[in-house]
Amino acid sequence: MGPDSSRAILVPAKLSTIVLSFAAALVLDFLPWPDLRLVPEFAALVLTFWCVRQPRLVGLGAGWTVGLISDVGNDALLGQHALAYSVLAFLALWLSRRILWFGPGLQALHVAIILLITQGVTVVVRLAAGDQPPGWPVIVGPLVAAVLWPAASWLLLLPQRRLQREQTI
Amino acid sequence: MEHSPPPFFKRGPAPLVRLFFFASLSLALLVLDARFQYGQGLRSVIELVAYPLQVIATAPIDLAKGISGYFSNQSQLIDENERLRAQALANSRDAQRYQAAEAEAAQLRRLIGASERIGVRTQTAEILYTARDPYSQKVFIDRGAAQDVRPGSPVADEAGIVGQVTRVYPLVSMVTLITDRDQATPVQVLRNGLRAVAFGSGGSGMLELRFMAAIAEIQEGDSLVTSGIDGTYPAGVPVATVVRVERDPEQGFARVVCKPTAGVDRGRYVLVLTDEQVRPPRPEEAQPGKERRAEKSRRMQKKDEGTRQKDADGTR
Repeated sequence: MGPDSSRAILVPAKLSTIVLSFAAALVLDFLPWPDLRLVPEFAALVLTFWCVRQPRLVGLGAGWTVGLISDVGNDALLGQHALAYSVLAFLALWLSRRILWFGPGLQALHVAIILLITQGVTVVVRLAAGDQPPGWPVIVGPLVAAVLWPAASWLLLLPQRRLQREQTI
Repeated sequence: MEHSPPPFFKRGPAPLVRLFFFASLSLALLVLDARFQYGQGLRSVIELVAYPLQVIATAPIDLAKGISGYFSNQSQLIDENERLRAQALANSRDAQRYQAAEAEAAQLRRLIGASERIGVRTQTAEILYTARDPYSQKVFIDRGAAQDVRPGSPVADEAGIVGQVTRVYPLVSMVTLITDRDQATPVQVLRNGLRAVAFGSGGSGMLELRFMAAIAEIQEGDSLVTSGIDGTYPAGVPVATVVRVERDPEQGFARVVCKPTAGVDRGRYVLVLTDEQVRPPRPEEAQPGKERRAEKSRRMQKKDEGTRQKDADGTR
């Protein structure tokens, strides 16, 4: 794949790692945050990561399921996050071969655009449902998530790297 | 995606087809949930998956609270004890006076032949977390259908009304706060009995009385209590205090801004008031124009015995 993966050969990701990372992201989303508009959607970030890294394993179906759980847990409209995360998964799959060729900074820029489009879908759904415009702070969450992207991808690749080192010894 | 894989690598339908499939599935769900309120059964099932994650999310806060409670020193406890004892004394004095007043009021009501008000059952609940939805003001509490919480029950804290139970899951339920933009609370001015409806104003944490005539007799500092005429809230529970009245002679309505008396966005414990009383079903209404509004505000309303009820408080 990209130059990033040629430096160190990664072991294939385990399904348990993926499920656990989604669970952890949803827990972070369910924390009682003071202002929700400024907090990134962790589930969206993790979904982007797996769609880019494991497009064969994680795709639209996983995105839709995670979105539905997120809808119920946050008591949004049923299907709001499911729709947004399906769009996100599609964009991430589409860009998955491209993103990995860039360094962390440019990767984050791609992720920022994907997450902003996702947030846009959510806002459109809420406006269509008759809510008032939420204001400009809604774009802060995706931007914060994009800033967190390098750290998140390092963290989520950790299980695959550590196993690889053990195997070479 | 641009170069197609050889046919022996099966990859299922193309991504665009899948996107179309999942997007239409989501849109169908959205319409079912937002327009017809059919999503409740599915919600309850998925909630069983989300519940452990929600518990894990709030566990660190409980743990931190437990640890800080363990290390609170003795002088603090003595202080608190004294304060509580003084408060208990004051409370008991009030309670005695209340009992006397209650007895007297009951006698008077019997005298005038009015039907006796039936007591409200209360249960304490703990706020688990706020819903992650910047468009609405909602919290989750740790009592659900298993503890016999019913949709529509009012929720209060020690100072006044906090909100209303709008969705009940097996183990948790969702409370829409009175500051929510879609939440309407029927109130009455304590000073002169003037009736009004208090609407939330979203993020600002204030309430607003809409459709008050510019000459309405209301002033800053007035206390608003529930009027009880909607059949959902018990009468006489404090709701808010008027903080600002703007009368513009060019407009027919006054702008009345009120501050909730209850700690709507503070505090961890609330009371769920369950009304045991069985009420007659509401009369049906035949105007087709009101149908849609009633449908929309029915989401907020108690779905009690009248499943065919067409009217709701939004039309009042």
